[in-house]
Amino acid sequence: MSGPDAAGRRVSAGTRATVLGVAVLVVAVLVGMLVGPVRIGAANVLRWLVSIGDPPPGMSEQQALILGDLRLPRVIVAGLVGASLAASGAAYQAVFRNPLADPYLLGAAAGAGLGATIAVAYGPSGAIELTVPASAFVGALVGVGLAYGLGRSTLGGRSTASLVLAGVAVASFLTAVQTFLQQQRSETLRQVYTWILGRLGTTGWDDVRLALPSVVLALATMWAVRRLLDVIEVGDLEARSLGLHVARLRLVVVIAASLATAAAVAVAGLIGFVGLIIPHTVRLMVGGSYRSVLPLSMLFGASFLILVDTLARTVVAPAEIPIGVITAFVGAPFFIAVLRRNRRAA
Amino acid sequence: MRLDERAGVATALEVRDLSVELGRRPIVSDVRMDVHHGGWVCVIGPNGAGKTTLVHAIAGLLPHSGSVRLWGRPIEELGRRERARSIALVPQLPVIPEGFTVEQYALLGRTPHLGLLASEGPRDLEAVASALERLDLGWAATRRLDTLSGGELRRAVIARALAQEASLLLLDEPTTGLDIAQQLRVLELVEQLRTADGLTVISTMHDLTLAGRFAHRFALLSEGRVVAEGTRAEVLLPHVIAEHYGARVGVIDDGTLGWAVVPLSGPER
Repeated sequence: MSGPDAAGRRVSAGTRATVLGVAVLVVAVLVGMLVGPVRIGAANVLRWLVSIGDPPPGMSEQQALILGDLRLPRVIVAGLVGASLAASGAAYQAVFRNPLADPYLLGAAAGAGLGATIAVAYGPSGAIELTVPASAFVGALVGVGLAYGLGRSTLGGRSTASLVLAGVAVASFLTAVQTFLQQQRSETLRQVYTWILGRLGTTGWDDVRLALPSVVLALATMWAVRRLLDVIEVGDLEARSLGLHVARLRLVVVIAASLATAAAVAVAGLIGFVGLIIPHTVRLMVGGSYRSVLPLSMLFGASFLILVDTLARTVVAPAEIPIGVITAFVGAPFFIAVLRRNRRAA
Repeated sequence: MRLDERAGVATALEVRDLSVELGRRPIVSDVRMDVHHGGWVCVIGPNGAGKTTLVHAIAGLLPHSGSVRLWGRPIEELGRRERARSIALVPQLPVIPEGFTVEQYALLGRTPHLGLLASEGPRDLEAVASALERLDLGWAATRRLDTLSGGELRRAVIARALAQEASLLLLDEPTTGLDIAQQLRVLELVEQLRTADGLTVISTMHDLTLAGRFAHRFALLSEGRVVAEGTRAEVLLPHVIAEHYGARVGVIDDGTLGWAVVPLSGPER
């Protein structure tokens, strides 16, 4: 009954979810490429995708341009952002051992927003591809650090809600500072404002280049330590008794998750609740082990945001709803559900 | 150091002048303790005597003064992972991770055997399967932890410790919250592991009858100090228990019922 049979069954549960995740991602990418004001047709999109960007016969140059320079980079960025936010949420939840941890609620996203604003408003205009992500990264770390420190020192530390309360306070404060800076620099106001509400509307290959290195580095790091995240689940004391350097792992993971968050915020603005919705949904499918939860969060997070973005630019077309509005619409009730479940468990 | 090399060293654990302060308050003071290879020492004492703190200090999880030597080597010399390969802790109130299967949970015991970024190999899965089998949990490998009974859950925690393949097992109140049959079952399993694998066991326990029946030697801790140390006949005496627990007890030892500590106060109905 045990051994190979047990392992076999565990693999099959994870495999099923992985297959589903890949299928959903393929569908999401196709939908993202298909849907838009200019009709291109599924057959053409497929042929264009298969020929890796070469316009197939019968497709106009304009259609190829729309696919290649508008829709594809947007789908890629939405996927990177979704994977980053979902994985960061899962990673924060693991190292803070808090089911409500999320880049948005923790103050990481707000910190990244402030950092990016400082870079846009005060930084040198020449090197914005470098200063915005770097500054957003520092801001994200400051945000999480403040929330964690505050949650532990002033609000009694251990309870689930204290970290989130501290995170919300930190986020409000950092957002206030950000708004103040924006007002001071009204010439960059519009630029920052459109970006803050979650903008993928102006996405191009520049954004892919901006986000890709940080996202790859951060996700690879989280992927590499996913087994160790399981060890932290038994608490600091027991994890240490199993030979784990808990403080070091926590630092590495917080840095990686903040890097991913910063990259996401730098290209897409503030998008909340993805880090909450996706990991918890994945847990319902495959259980609590981060070996499965972390990779699958990346996979489903990518699909989720591609689909949400498609929805955001379709519902009130030709206008766009900020993505953050849709994720909050789904995410806030989700947050309440997780909170309720957690209350009952405690 | 391999187990068979260790067998040559008679003393598995040597504790000298061990003191632990938490927030400047002395919790454990000047503890001296020797545990023979393959022995079972039980740390007893009233609530708040410092038993758990002592166990955590021996496991190398708390800053302390004095020395703790494991098979002759100071534990500070052991690396984090090497220490975890030598000492396995079963805590009093283990944190049970949500949504884990029994097998996934027991696999955590393999942590000190794995490279930082490595994943488990067949050898690790085998160790886990064998640990679960020996604790009668083979059938439960794919069950979620939250579907287990209290006794099964306690055995799952011990299975995790067993998968660690350490030669010193620290059990902090292994029988708390279990019914009398499960208490006996857990302790009998530990006794089997001890004799079969040559494990050395240190436990804390409140049930003095069970402690007296399973352990070889006893250290009575009171206000952080070892106030009595020795065999059952030397430590578990009515006047010693009365003095340090503040409870009136009798000790019986007859041919049919065996050995037991019985409370003598309270209304007799």
